[in-house]
Amino acid sequence: MNKQKSTISDSIFWQQFCKNPLAIAGSIIVFLLFLVSLLAPVISPYAPGDIDVKSILEAPSLKHPLGTDQLGRDLLSRMIWGSQISLKVGFIAVGISSTIGLLLGAMAGFYGNWIDWIIMRLVDIMLCFPTFFLILAVIAVLEPSIWNIMMVIGLTSWMGVARLVRAEFLSLKEREFVLAAKSQGLSDLRIIFRHMLPNALAPVLVAATLGVAGAILTESALSFLGIGVQPPIPSWGNILTAGKDNIQFAWWLSVYPGMAILITVLGYNLLGEGIRDATDPRLRE
Amino acid sequence: MFNYILRRVLTSIPLLIGITIISFTVIHLAPGEPTDMITDMNPEVSAESRQRLRELYGLDKPLYIQYINWSSRLLKLDFGYSFSPDQRAVLDKILERLPITILINVLSLLLILIVAIPIGVASAARQYSLFDKITTVFVFIGFATPTFWLALLLMILFGIKLPWLPISGMRSLNFNQLSAWGMFLDYARHLIMPVFVSAFGGLAGLSRYTRANMLEVIRQDYITTARAKGLSERVVIFKHALRNALLPVITILGLSVPGLIGGSVIFESIYAIPGMGQLFYQSVMSRDYPVIMGILVIGAVLTLFGNLIADISYSMADPRIKYR
Repeated sequence: MNKQKSTISDSIFWQQFCKNPLAIAGSIIVFLLFLVSLLAPVISPYAPGDIDVKSILEAPSLKHPLGTDQLGRDLLSRMIWGSQISLKVGFIAVGISSTIGLLLGAMAGFYGNWIDWIIMRLVDIMLCFPTFFLILAVIAVLEPSIWNIMMVIGLTSWMGVARLVRAEFLSLKEREFVLAAKSQGLSDLRIIFRHMLPNALAPVLVAATLGVAGAILTESALSFLGIGVQPPIPSWGNILTAGKDNIQFAWWLSVYPGMAILITVLGYNLLGEGIRDATDPRLRE
Repeated sequence: MFNYILRRVLTSIPLLIGITIISFTVIHLAPGEPTDMITDMNPEVSAESRQRLRELYGLDKPLYIQYINWSSRLLKLDFGYSFSPDQRAVLDKILERLPITILINVLSLLLILIVAIPIGVASAARQYSLFDKITTVFVFIGFATPTFWLALLLMILFGIKLPWLPISGMRSLNFNQLSAWGMFLDYARHLIMPVFVSAFGGLAGLSRYTRANMLEVIRQDYITTARAKGLSERVVIFKHALRNALLPVITILGLSVPGLIGGSVIFESIYAIPGMGQLFYQSVMSRDYPVIMGILVIGAVLTLFGNLIADISYSMADPRIKYR
């Protein structure tokens, strides 16, 4: 198989990756987030829905490390549970967009001609829509729910992956190992999935990691506007809505959830850039 | 040259048709007939608007005829009438909101250009210097900052803790008593935060992009030649390298149009600015479908034009492009 580009299993990849302190920082952030959302039932000091009318909008204290919200619920606990939403939305939305992007990009690159023309025009058309407008319009027709949000984010963000995979396939198509597979009479499906796709995965992995960051940002913006994850389910975005409503009295409701989003997105971006630097042979000395 | 422009305009036509097909699909995503759903969900819909809606979509006819009817109305710029109590024509509602959105987007594009390009050039000229490292950190933070959160923080800081700037709307209460200069200042004070917030993400993106382009150009042979001739580093960077590195920026500006227009929903609804983004948000909340569809199509067409203009200016700016 093609050995000039390192795939993720290569030891060169790990060597390069571990040399990059930013990539390591990104991996640690992402790992900690997984840990927090998996252990949410264990580590959160209160239940996220526990209403305490005696401690409404309390500033951070020993009892409530990050303060309480307008219903007296503990902010730290709500943020810990909110991390599950971010994780879910990020991964499922990107799963959908990567699958669509891989399939369409592979078809366009492998078959060329009119199939390529149609798929690439579809990409161009989708890129014309301000993504946020398209998502809002679909959510207005359907219902705002976490599943609809993941679907819509996935369906509106596959274009980058499709272009990447197509470009990879166009160059792979001319390589000897693909020509050899073709001359052996293997079926198109087998050539695409067994021989070509594994060699085109590195840039997709980078795009997917960065895509998780983008999906988390979009979900939080939608939830903030009240068209995303609906209360009482806690998400970082809808906690910030409460922050805006109480902006005169409770700065902690606005500051901490936003910081959580920033750190999460930063973590995925650093990880994605780290994978890119480690898989791109041009950047290697 | 003329042929290139003509061809580029002609290739936009299938895209335009595609935009209308996708928008048409969106409204038909609703289970059942759109009118059932719309009228069920929205108590404000009167029998009269229901009738108008049936007329607009021709719902008793097959899908392709509905699409042809709807899109031929679009050609005449007929977007139907709003469901809101004022029942005005969608196009009028959008046109009165458009100037303020365009003003803010143009100002933030200018801000992005003025700030991001010098930063990108400086950090490429001194790669791995302290300045380069600091801006890289800022760029990563800039990419990761949710704009709506930045807007909230700025509101807390400059609107509440230090009451320097107004936190919502476009005019103060005493706007009409102000002198012309006072009106201008009042307007400007209201615009500072929204323009900064909408420019923020683009600042990080464009400075990173300029830096990458500069680094690419600096490695070229003609830059080595310029240095070998004994030209000063200043001349090499600003005269020989910068011009070539800035060419792709034109395309990037074109590509950033949909992001800016989409972002207007967020900052216009936070700062209560009566622009197209706020209208869109209000229409989504009240399920005012004719307005939603109108803005969706207009937003996409504006983007298409943005890309078209960017491509044409690029072809004029770069003599290496051949027209076939």
